[in-house]
Amino acid sequence: MISGIVQGVGFRPFVYNLARSLGLKGTVCNSGRGVLIEVEGREELVHRFIAGVRSDPPFLARISNCSVTSQPLRGYETFEIIPTRGSATGESVVPPDVATCPECRREMLDPADRHFGYPFTNCTRCGPRFTIIKSLPYDRAYTSMAGFAMCADCAREYGDPSDRRFHAQPVACPACGPGVWLVDRLGNVLEGDWLERARNLLAGGKIIAVKSLGGFHLACNGLDPAAIGLLRRRKGRPARPLAIMCRDMEVVKENCRVSPVEEQLLQSPSAPVVVLEKKPSSNLPEALSPGLSTVGVMLPYTPLHLLLLKTGPPVLVMTSGNPTGLPLAAGNREALATLSGIADYFLLHDREIVNRCDDSVVQVVDGQTQFFRRSRGYVPWPVMVNTGDVDPGETVFLGAGGDMKNTFCLFKAGRAYLSQHIGSVDNLEGLNNYQTAMEKFFQLVQARPAVVGYDLHPGYRTAKQARSLAAGAVGVQHHHAHMASCMAENGLDGDVLGIILDGTGYGLDGRIWGFELLRGGYLRFTREYHLAYVPLPGGERAVRNPWITAVAYLTGAMGDDGYGLAEKIFADRLKELPLIARMLERKVNAPPASSCGRLFDAVSALLGICRENTYDGQAAIELGEKVPAVFSGPLEPYPFRIEGDTIGVAPLFVALVRDVMDNDVAPEHIARRFHDTVIAMVVEAAERARFKSGLNRVVLSGGCWHNRYLLTGTCRVLREKDFTVYTHGKVPPGDGGLALGQVMVARRKWLHQPGG
Amino acid sequence: MTEIYDENAVVLLAHGDGGRLTRELVDQIFARHFNNALLQPLADAALFNSPGGRMAVTTDAFVVDPIFFPGGDIGKLAVCGTVNDLAVSGARPLYLTASFILEEGFGLADLERVVSSMAAACGEAGVKIVAGDTKVVPAGHADKIFITTSGVGVVPGGVDLGYHRPEPGDVVLVNGGLGGHGLTILAARENLGLEGALASDCAPLNLVTAPLLEKCPGVKIMRDLTRGGLAAAAAEIAGACGLDFYFREPLIPVTEEVRGAAEILGLDPLYLANEGKFMAVVGRDNAGLAVELLRQTPYGRDAAVIGEVRPGTGNVYLETGLGGTRILDLPAGNPLPRIC
Repeated sequence: MISGIVQGVGFRPFVYNLARSLGLKGTVCNSGRGVLIEVEGREELVHRFIAGVRSDPPFLARISNCSVTSQPLRGYETFEIIPTRGSATGESVVPPDVATCPECRREMLDPADRHFGYPFTNCTRCGPRFTIIKSLPYDRAYTSMAGFAMCADCAREYGDPSDRRFHAQPVACPACGPGVWLVDRLGNVLEGDWLERARNLLAGGKIIAVKSLGGFHLACNGLDPAAIGLLRRRKGRPARPLAIMCRDMEVVKENCRVSPVEEQLLQSPSAPVVVLEKKPSSNLPEALSPGLSTVGVMLPYTPLHLLLLKTGPPVLVMTSGNPTGLPLAAGNREALATLSGIADYFLLHDREIVNRCDDSVVQVVDGQTQFFRRSRGYVPWPVMVNTGDVDPGETVFLGAGGDMKNTFCLFKAGRAYLSQHIGSVDNLEGLNNYQTAMEKFFQLVQARPAVVGYDLHPGYRTAKQARSLAAGAVGVQHHHAHMASCMAENGLDGDVLGIILDGTGYGLDGRIWGFELLRGGYLRFTREYHLAYVPLPGGERAVRNPWITAVAYLTGAMGDDGYGLAEKIFADRLKELPLIARMLERKVNAPPASSCGRLFDAVSALLGICRENTYDGQAAIELGEKVPAVFSGPLEPYPFRIEGDTIGVAPLFVALVRDVMDNDVAPEHIARRFHDTVIAMVVEAAERARFKSGLNRVVLSGGCWHNRYLLTGTCRVLREKDFTVYTHGKVPPGDGGLALGQVMVARRKWLHQPGG
Repeated sequence: MTEIYDENAVVLLAHGDGGRLTRELVDQIFARHFNNALLQPLADAALFNSPGGRMAVTTDAFVVDPIFFPGGDIGKLAVCGTVNDLAVSGARPLYLTASFILEEGFGLADLERVVSSMAAACGEAGVKIVAGDTKVVPAGHADKIFITTSGVGVVPGGVDLGYHRPEPGDVVLVNGGLGGHGLTILAARENLGLEGALASDCAPLNLVTAPLLEKCPGVKIMRDLTRGGLAAAAAEIAGACGLDFYFREPLIPVTEEVRGAAEILGLDPLYLANEGKFMAVVGRDNAGLAVELLRQTPYGRDAAVIGEVRPGTGNVYLETGLGGTRILDLPAGNPLPRIC
């Protein structure tokens, strides 16, 4: 009996072919608990067979358990695939979507093949999975391919165990499968060859909404600054980096530095967007990622993409097809309704997207993969969690996630199933998307939560919504969840030190936290050290306007002198400055925050790098651009002071602003010393906490750890001081990984409650 | 170090903001102990039958700081607040009582200014203060002057307002630009330098509601938009009716002055207090007439239909046109940032 992700991944044909190649007899079938194999033959051959199953399963498969028992001989005469036994439920898991495999790619580019030029070509090794599955068992009848009857050729391949399309549920060809068509904004079909026309429109600077795998992309010529500018204006995104899709590896390497790890990621079956360093010789327009040295790149991952990029522009912008603040468009009518203000044309097809799923985004830091967004190509693969304790009831837990960059997480029997990127849940559309995505996810994982772990922020809609879904509820502090998330993916238990550098999270004192050294484990924690609070005049308005936070820091550090400096540095804001000062003085709508994100914001604004955030984290990201990608030392921090449990920043700002006012000091130098200061602060806090507690294991979590210099520098200095350091590699360090921590904390608290 | 999960069992300022905590306080302490049928709707005023007809009674305490502000003062507020509670309940306000808590050292000239302002407001609203009480507390035990007013009125025959009336298809209207009072008080109290452009909308609403009730059929429910603003009032009515309200942002009147100042302060005019504004749910067929009637009154010139009632589960939505549909709900303390 093999359990794990073993259904819908070509497991049975793999077993069939392996058994036949060894001359073994028996049967293989899907069952409620996985794949059941009965095999008879010479003992040595059977052992080779078992070893082969374990060592070399199809790449989509994830074997969690392989149990072998001896049974009386039945005297099989052949080896056959037999019908499913019982209902295929239990541990079977829906696989993620897979980028087009080399063989399918070859076939669809081969004029002699019947799949030539067909945008939905796939096989057991590739194609849509999670995005088209409505419910289990994973059978064509329960996918959005149900309405397409197979032609004789496809049916033959589907039924032939030696064919690589054997039981490939979404199998399709031009004779029987879905089709593509091109329409204008009003929905009028454009006659002629859609591919030819689409390529010409893109080459001519038009914007096309392309129905892809997990939702719509907004596509335009990635080498045409005018087209990119148009897309930015229409989408209301002046600066946020736009992902591109390059024709092939060669085009990527022309424009970007690519390490072997990055190349492997780009070409992997998950085919994520990989954030790459642009080459100085790159001819990519600056407008793709203004002010940044990097650009998000992916390779074509569906046959439709391959066709679009084969000729015509070798680089396409492929950004999420959603109006800012709304969920990704997935339906044809929905796209026409929500994207007609942005796209000139729509490339539609009739294979329904059941589960919308944004592209995943990763970067490689010091050889390690780090997720910005874990979604298409990875979801719903579970994160295996070593729970270290026993829950006889196998309670199912839900982590509600946060209101921004949301993912949720369902925990069942040692596996944490993180959802696809849901994104922002602060409006009705986002909330409805969250709700429906959860319902579908519960179906696919075949579990409903009994207990929900939710964020304590009183304004979080996710928390309110998720609490209505389960009988039990456990409030989990935001940064405790971050710490637990990093512990869980690293298989840690017991007590650790958690260095949480983050943007915004609701603290136990009712204030905004985000720069913490926590101590503890899943069950409980204490906040050992934190950054001094700064008032944020106007609340979220200050988050959108880093210059306001800078004024708050300056006046906090230097009083009237600081205000005088603010008048000099922000001379274009003289009209508003007195009011900001008054709000600070009188604490008018100025919630105090202790947040690393706000600290970066302030410094970015002081250096004139970014005074207004037009997208989340812009000021911090652009500040991070001023320092090397990898820390190489030595550490040159500005002064700071830890008093009691508070990390004071007044000396930092006094010294930093002196450098800012000195024309001889380069902004890059200030930026680097500022980063060094943050590293020195957390290392100092960690050393003090280790001295008090004896704890030596440190986890790094929170959205600020996307900053590569900060991450590599902190890891290096901590390791030099003999700390054992753990970072995120399986889930994002930011709020995209929050839900994993929520289920871990909720679970431990729930199982440890008195009488529980 | 922070204590983990300490229980706050004291009254918080947010218990008085008209939002979720106020609601919890009233539900869990006051309404539970005072429990009776007349109190139960927790409406602006209680309506009861008397030998002379249906009557309405209400009471309100006023502790505003500063006591004098552009557009009014604590005295005018104390009269208008109680008059308005009666007015939106469908009553014709008649008599008020007033009790004063005065702080030792409070200037008699200021007291007289407050009281004469009350008299003027009574004159405009057509009500009389017919009983009163005065207490003085040592300096520091109150802030200058606190006023509590109670009021009674008669409910004209045929008036039937309440949570049972709204139904899908009805429209929601307001009598003018929102958020002025709350912003004015904040700006004046904190000396924000915005005062020139702002003034409280403090006004007796019976001058507006009386013609509406008299001449316009199909008025289903009215609510004055005090603490918590339009958002809190709408959330409360929608929740009690089990219907959804859909407002359209461009239709909601907010003056340029209020919009600009609120933006700078990071505040939302839809959550700011008013003292001369109310919302009404009106049958769709009578919407035009209702707006026309309101616009003929002194405090309804900017009246507008702002949205409609749809079947639902008691939520309030704001269609922004850009960026999706916002959810308006009861405020819970000062809004804290969520974006990172």
